[in-house]
Order: sequence, then structure tokens, then C-alpha cells
Amino acid sequence: MKEITLRVFRYRPEAEAEPTFQEYAVPLRDDWAVLDALNYVKEEIDPTLSYRWSCRMGICGSCGMTVNGDPKLSCGTFLVDHAPGPITVEPLRNFPVIRDLVIEMTDFMQKLGAVQPWIIRDESDDDPDTELLQTPSEMDDYKRYSMCINCMLCYSACPVYGLDSKFIGPAAIALAQRYNLDSRDEGQEERLDVLSEDEGVWGCTFVGECTRACPKGVDPAGAIQRAKLIAANEAVKAFLLPRWVR
Amino acid sequence: MTAPEVTSTHDVVIVGGGGAGLRAAIAVAETDPRLSVAVVSKVYPMRSHTVSAEGGAAAAIAAEDSFDEHVYDTVSGGDWLCDQDAVELFVHEARAELLRLEHWGCPWSRTPDGHVAVRAFGGMKKMRTWFAADKTGFHLLHTLFQTSLKYRPVTRYDEWYATRLLVDDGRVCGVVAIELMTGRIEAIGAKAVVLATGGGGRVFPFTTNANICTGDGMALAYRAGAPLKDMEFVQYHPTGLPFTGILITEAARAEGGWLLNKDGYRYLQDYDLGTPTPEPVLRSMELGPRDRLSQAFVHEAAKGRTIDTPYGPVVHLDLRHLGAAKIEAKLPMVRELCLDYERIDPVRDLVPVRPVVHYMMGGVHTDVRAATPLGGLFAAGETACVSINGANRLGSNSLPEILVFGARAGAAAAAYAMEAAPAGAGVAAQAADETRRLEELLDRAGGESIAAIRTAMQHTMEGAAGIYRDGDTLAKAVDTLRELQERATAAGVGDRSRTFNTQLVAALELAAMLDIAESIVHSALRREESRGAHQRTDFPARDDVRFLAHSMAYREADGGCRIEYQPVTVTRWPPGERVYGR
Repeated sequence: MKEITLRVFRYRPEAEAEPTFQEYAVPLRDDWAVLDALNYVKEEIDPTLSYRWSCRMGICGSCGMTVNGDPKLSCGTFLVDHAPGPITVEPLRNFPVIRDLVIEMTDFMQKLGAVQPWIIRDESDDDPDTELLQTPSEMDDYKRYSMCINCMLCYSACPVYGLDSKFIGPAAIALAQRYNLDSRDEGQEERLDVLSEDEGVWGCTFVGECTRACPKGVDPAGAIQRAKLIAANEAVKAFLLPRWVR
Repeated sequence: MTAPEVTSTHDVVIVGGGGAGLRAAIAVAETDPRLSVAVVSKVYPMRSHTVSAEGGAAAAIAAEDSFDEHVYDTVSGGDWLCDQDAVELFVHEARAELLRLEHWGCPWSRTPDGHVAVRAFGGMKKMRTWFAADKTGFHLLHTLFQTSLKYRPVTRYDEWYATRLLVDDGRVCGVVAIELMTGRIEAIGAKAVVLATGGGGRVFPFTTNANICTGDGMALAYRAGAPLKDMEFVQYHPTGLPFTGILITEAARAEGGWLLNKDGYRYLQDYDLGTPTPEPVLRSMELGPRDRLSQAFVHEAAKGRTIDTPYGPVVHLDLRHLGAAKIEAKLPMVRELCLDYERIDPVRDLVPVRPVVHYMMGGVHTDVRAATPLGGLFAAGETACVSINGANRLGSNSLPEILVFGARAGAAAAAYAMEAAPAGAGVAAQAADETRRLEELLDRAGGESIAAIRTAMQHTMEGAAGIYRDGDTLAKAVDTLRELQERATAAGVGDRSRTFNTQLVAALELAAMLDIAESIVHSALRREESRGAHQRTDFPARDDVRFLAHSMAYREADGGCRIEYQPVTVTRWPPGERVYGR
């Protein structure tokens, strides 16, 4: 059986002051993803290697890592595409490392919640016994932004977030737009404060790395541009019009 | 690790942050916003396995449909082992729950005029399966998670692994859990606990289930004295991708996909499932129930009419005649999964599939309020067995189940918590015991690897508790699992770090899986009949005289397993023949 070398980022805060790289030889099998190789390492070579994974079908968003320099889902990145190797596996960039390939994501979780990602509407006339109508074309307005799996590859790719972690970031803005553009939602104004801050949409310098990194075609960069238009319009209204007519 | 602090207490603690757990949390918050509710989950909620559900969620909404027809399909699909009172209230409440998800923003697929669309599904006589393309579970979970963020009383313990229920005088009053990031052990007090940890498909080697599906909640309840019900009923889904076990949704067949053997022949016609037609016919052929389709595969393989691959025999799922437009509109994830993981395109290529462990009909015994026999302990979703799924669950009943019974569990736990007295003093000693146990486990030096024992367990289960079973093999598996329990007790974790120790979690998960594996083989050995997903080659017929009854597995003090039986509730549908395609 042919082999390939994985060069894996290791960091155990209790034992090491600095991260190191450790090399493992793993079978080079046609159908193995990087995640399969990591599982081989953990089961057969080194049980202390730590990383997150769950569904191994590209939908739970757990297994994002930096593979040969690019943010990737390790379950969907195949060894043969990086042969003959070595394949360097590191944690996602722009996040603090807890241990080995496991990064700290509490900041990301707070940002998701900050955009009020739920339907905001006056429900007083809603009938719980029927659906709120929404045509397929109305759904198309927000659908791609609803496809985010929260894998954080876009934060890892984003140079702005890398420089300033206060930037609310691509996935959170896309999530805000997912609700802003939903015909059932009336909460755009309430989400505007967070999006209009310096760390909101204006932080983005439109590099577009987020959209390139996204494994689900969400296009956060497009969401950010649309959000900028909304924020700009509201700012103009705020400047020109008295509060009661806005 | 430090001594346990019973510093945090909540009115309701929910273990598990998937669909059932989040729905329960919202139900508690809506019952009374003064109640404090905590969600303790070993992964961030949006990582939970609900995310992988694909095809849809059933609820009668179409004008030509009725609640009674949904009940009949469910009960006959479950080979009459369902409790019919539970099924009746389930189908009634499913509709309201799916509508509530719609109001919360779930992007259900629509008809051109903006109403919710429904599709066909296996074993269902009417079109009643709501869907969000073929990412229904993903959208449902993210909608629930995002909606849960607006409820301030909900505290989340993300990436905390619950290791034990605290029980005081027959009443559950909290959990002990480890914070993975720091290794800190804490006792989290509660007036009521809801288990919503999903299933345990990882007990088997080849499964659609995520790495996290290790039966943790079932094991917690079992060890605390609650019975596990109908554990022998393990569902094989007929269409998994070889090697990965990735699920190809039943919706692929509902939209018109065919199952072909190596000769390109729609072999299901040979197994009393109807006659082939170009367009799909409800409750017929490829739209038969999962148990019958998986069994047909075994016979087809025995006849040498399947295709051999390095990962065992497969048949072909043919979607080519549906065309690219329909596949993109209705089955985009099927195409994405085939392209990304199998490197084939279902628009042009046949998809190799084989039966794969998918779902556990059994689980922690509850009544229709989601209450277990233990005071203060509730359970919902795949963790629980209420039982609406009987001997074989119909596709698209599990998503409404997590909503209906998640909501019921939350409401019942909230009501219980409002009446409950604070926990007694015995709890602190139990928490100290548990901390000692965990610290000893972490420091234990033992040669054998967790992975080796896990692999041995998985192969034992596949050999003895697969699609077809027999008494001799099951009896041997009982002995093998006992030995594996002993080996696991002696095995070291192999990683002493306090920081994000996934190996410690793997050891605890293995212990949970071994417990539920034992409950499965004991229940299967005792059930001397064939019903639904439990097929005994030595007892090939259904036996309603002896076994129209639920198996109740109790854990004995010495770690053994005792089986008792409880009658099935029959309201209006007396046991009959399961008829598909004729």
C-alpha cells in the first residue's frame, strides 16, 4: 500500500510552550479524506491527537482545518488530490488554539447571536393554524444565505478578521441577510445597529476570500455588499429625514 | 480536575442540543420565562446529528389526507408494535409543530402559490412529507438553534459531556458533566432533567450516524435504573453509500428513483412489494418500508444478483431518468454528496448503495408526556421510546417526533420543576464519587486501545444483530459483549491531558455503547419471533400471542440485563397483515 505523510500541527498547552509539527505516515487510499487519515492516526498511531469531527458528510460544520494552507472541511478534502504530499494540516487560522487542531469558537458564537438571527415580526395577526405564504421566488431571495453550516472557513480566510477580531465577519453578516431578505421578517431595522457599526459591514474591504473559501456556495461577500447598500440607505435617511418619518 | 462544585443549578437541565433538546428548551422558556433552563451538549448545538436528516417531516396537511391515514401508515409500518394512543396524538400535534417551525422561519419548499409543498415517502399512502429540498434536518436544526437564541432563560453548556445522572431518593436532580475545553468536572443541579441525546448507531461498524451518535442518554438512564424499551429494533436504511455510509435519502426514490440489481432489474418486484411502474406508486416497490427493502437486499445478495465491491455487495440506485433539472431542484444534496464523496454524478451515473444502520426505534421508556419511570427524568427523540415507531420507523416521522415530543418533554419537565423540592444532601456525595471515578479513569494505565475494543464491539453487533439474526449467534454475542465490558474496564484512556481530551470522551462513549449493545442483544435474543426490523431466521413468523409486547431492558446491579414485557396499546387498529404494492 502506498503511503503519504501528514504533517500535523500539535499543541498541548500543559506540556508545550510552543506548537510543533509531527509527521505521520498514513495509507494513501483513493477514497480517504484527510479526516479518514486523521482517524487512522488517532486509532492506530497516536490517541492523543485532538480534533473535532462528527457527520463526515459536509453538513455539521465541525471539521474545518487548514490543509496545505487553505481553509477546508477535512471530511471533503481527499488525500489523492494532494499526493504525493506531504500534507500539512493546521488548525483554522484567525482563532486561538485550544489544543492541536481544536480552535476556540466562543467569539464566533457570540457574533452569530448578535445579529438577532430569528424571525422578527408583529405576530398579532398571524394564524398559528396556517403557514405564512412565501412563493418560491421570495424564498430564492434569501435561500443561499440560509445554507451556511457555521464551519468558519470564511473567518479563517478573512484578512480583515485576521487583523481585527472585532469585525463581525462574513457568516454573521450573511446570517443577518438571510433574515433581512426573508419575506416573513420585519426585523431589518433592528439588525441595522450591529451591521452599521465600524466593526459591522464597513469593516469589510471586499477582498472576497470568504466567498472563495465557502464550501456551501453561500457567497458571504455578496451578502456584505447588499448589507452595505441597506446600511448606506438608512444612513442617508437618518441624515436627511426627521426620526418620525423614517 | 477539581472537586465538584454544585454551584450551578437550573430548574430544567436538558442533555443534548439537537432538535429534540432545543425544542424542549424553547418549550420550558415558553412555559414560564422565570424558569432557568440549561442545555448541556457535547457538541455545539448546530453540530448535532439532526443536521444530517435529509428527506423531510411528515404531517397531514393536504386536503385529501387525514390524521387516521397517517396513524394507519405508521402503525402498519411499525408492524403493530406502536402504542396507538401515542401515534394518534403524535399525528395531531405534528402538523402544529411543523407550522410553528414555518413561523420561526424554516425554509420549507413551497408550491408556486406559496403554500408548503409535500412529497411522497416510503410506507406513506398519501403525500404528506414536508421538505426543505433534501436538507430538511439541517434547516430544521438551524432554525431551532437560531430561534432558541432569542430566549434569554436558556443557558448553554456547549461542549460539556454529561457522565452521570444524580439521583436522590428515586428522583433525578441533576447531572455531572465535564467541560471539554478545561477538563473541569461540575455537578449541575436541576429539578428536572430531559435526555435528548439522539441515537447510538455507532454501536455498529457501518452506519449513517455521525461520530457523536453513541447512545449516551440511553446509557445514562439505563444506569440510573430506567428501562430501555424495544432496543432490538435497529433500522437499516436501504440506501447508504458504500465505505462512508453516507445516507442517500429516501426522497430519491420518492421523486422516482429505481433500485436495480446487477442485471438492471427492479428486484423489489420479487419480494411482495408490488409491480414496477415508470412513475412511483405510494406504498409500493421503491416506496415500501425500510425494513422490507433492506431484507430484500439480503436475499438478492444471497442469490448472487448484487454487485461486488471492496466494501461488500451493492445494488444500484438509478436517478438518471429524473433529469438534471429535477435532481437539482429536489435532490441537490444527493448530487452534492455523490459528487463530493463518491465522485459520481447521479445525473449520468448509477449510484452504488447498500443497507446501512440508520436509526434505533428503541430507547428510554417514556409515557406520552415524555416522562420516564424515574421521577424528574424525561426523554424525547431518538433517545426515547414512547413508542410511535414500533418495530420499524417510517421515513419522515422522526423529525416531527423530535418536535412533538421535545415540546412535550419541555412542558412536562417545566411543570415538574415548578412543583419539585430542592435536591437532598445525598447528591453531593454522588457527585464526589463520580469525580473520583473520572479522575481514576483518566490516570489509569492500561495497554489495550479504546479503538480496538470499539471495533470488536461493532463487528460483534454487525454479526449478531444485523438485518437477520438467530438465537445461537445472539447468545454468543451476549458472552462476547461481557468480555468486551471487562476489557473496557481495564483499558487506559491513553491521554492524561485535561485540555480537550477527545480520548477521554471516546472511552466514556465506548462504555455507553457497550451498555446499549448489551441491551440490544439481550432483547433480540429473548424475542423469539420476526417483526419489522427484528428478523429471526429461527423464528421467521410474527407471534402476536407471545410478543405483541414491548421489551423492557433493566440493568441489574451486577451489570447484567433483565428483560420484562409490557403490553402494546391498541386503540382502533387491531394487528393485521402488512400489505405493500397490492
